[in-house]
Amino acid sequence: MAEKFIDITLKIWRQKDAKSAGKMVDYPMKKVSTDSSFLEMLDLLNEDLVNKGEEPVAFDHDCREGICGMCSLFINGEAHGPDRGVTTCQLHMRMFKNGETITIEPFRANAFPLIKDLVTDRGSFDRIIQKGGFVSVNTSGNTQDANALPIPKVDADNAFDAATCIGCGACVATCKNASAMLFVSAKVSQLALLPQGKVEATERVLNMVHQMDMEGFGNCTNTGACEVECPKGISLDNIARMNREYLKASIIAE
Amino acid sequence: MSEYGITKSSVGRKILMALSGFFLLVFLLQHFAINMLSVISDDAFNTVSDFMGYNPLVQFALQPVLIFGVIFHLAMGMYLEFQNTKARNKKYAKNNGAANSSWMSRNMIITGVMVLLFLGLHFYDFWWHEITEKYLEGGAESFTGSGRDTTRYSHELQEKFVDIWRVIIYCLSFVFLSLHLLHGFQSAFQSVGFRHSKYTPLIKKLGTAYAIIIPAGFIFIALFHHFNH
Repeated sequence: MAEKFIDITLKIWRQKDAKSAGKMVDYPMKKVSTDSSFLEMLDLLNEDLVNKGEEPVAFDHDCREGICGMCSLFINGEAHGPDRGVTTCQLHMRMFKNGETITIEPFRANAFPLIKDLVTDRGSFDRIIQKGGFVSVNTSGNTQDANALPIPKVDADNAFDAATCIGCGACVATCKNASAMLFVSAKVSQLALLPQGKVEATERVLNMVHQMDMEGFGNCTNTGACEVECPKGISLDNIARMNREYLKASIIAE
Repeated sequence: MSEYGITKSSVGRKILMALSGFFLLVFLLQHFAINMLSVISDDAFNTVSDFMGYNPLVQFALQPVLIFGVIFHLAMGMYLEFQNTKARNKKYAKNNGAANSSWMSRNMIITGVMVLLFLGLHFYDFWWHEITEKYLEGGAESFTGSGRDTTRYSHELQEKFVDIWRVIIYCLSFVFLSLHLLHGFQSAFQSVGFRHSKYTPLIKKLGTAYAIIIPAGFIFIALFHHFNH
């Protein structure tokens, strides 16, 4: 596709800090290359703002390869924008039309408190992981051969698919209830499917769900929006699996 | 681990919401089957209605369970909706929900409340009438079987559907019920963790069929009695 240039208007949420009141601010941009990524477009905006002596727009980003989960942004009413299976860094300006107004907001959820402009604190995800999203076996120096433990191919594949979750928080941002169940279920599933994760499976699901509730995420109502907006295509199968694991665990736990 | 009780967690509550939903799905099916009898045969409808109305097991064991099921489903639904709204204080300026989910799935509270409002009218029309008839005026002796009118049900039903406005309200309410079921049926299976590549597509089709056929059938029954009497 040949490179084109488009004129757009950005409507961006600006907020000085957590305590200040924020507002939407308009930024017209001329001749934006359709080959540029969304974050590159924001880089250009910030360069302009800095040159004019204004405060640049704060937004999260890191790898810019779609694998770190750091970039967020709610673009035109969708987490990571209108494209499917991509993070914001992998979203390109060719998805937008000449003359279009693009609304950019931070991921909104009480469990993701806003720090500044478009930057939110997604530490609640880390605290959920800390409650059991790991395997507490010693892997240093005495690891056994991976093939010594036979695992059905379908289980290995499903566990791997669940493990591709990058914890970006798009599921929470897009859910009408700000529910974190897709994220938590992916983290529960990636271990529940494998024999190494079975040892602590009961406590894991109970502890992680409990922490999720403590953080103030909403309840799942199975709208399926999370699965559609997830940049990694994490399936609702994982939520069903977590529900089963939770039901089983809450019955057998002492 | 007492703080992890099933009623105290988000996952547990959605499982309970689904279980009460399953119960109401089964109830609705038997309610529909009995109502269809009124179209086929007055005698059959009267016999079954009298049985449902005076059988002690139905009246004193199943009816309280049903009332509890209805109240639980709506109270839990409202509570979860309240919690869900609370989870995002600051709303989005622009939110394109239609891009990733169905209208029905996003508006269960609206369709649910509409069905609840309908239940108010429905209880006034039929349930309260039965309670007055049996417990306030008829007394305990009506349960012995002698002396009560066992053929009143069919014409009481027909009388209700003479008024066109009542028929319109009933029909509209069944549309809301249909929208509620279009999401609720398959959602309940997901909530209890029943999801399988082989069976889930079948459940979704079955749910769509149930959500259309049952409310459409109730609409047919209301219209049938309106235009036949």
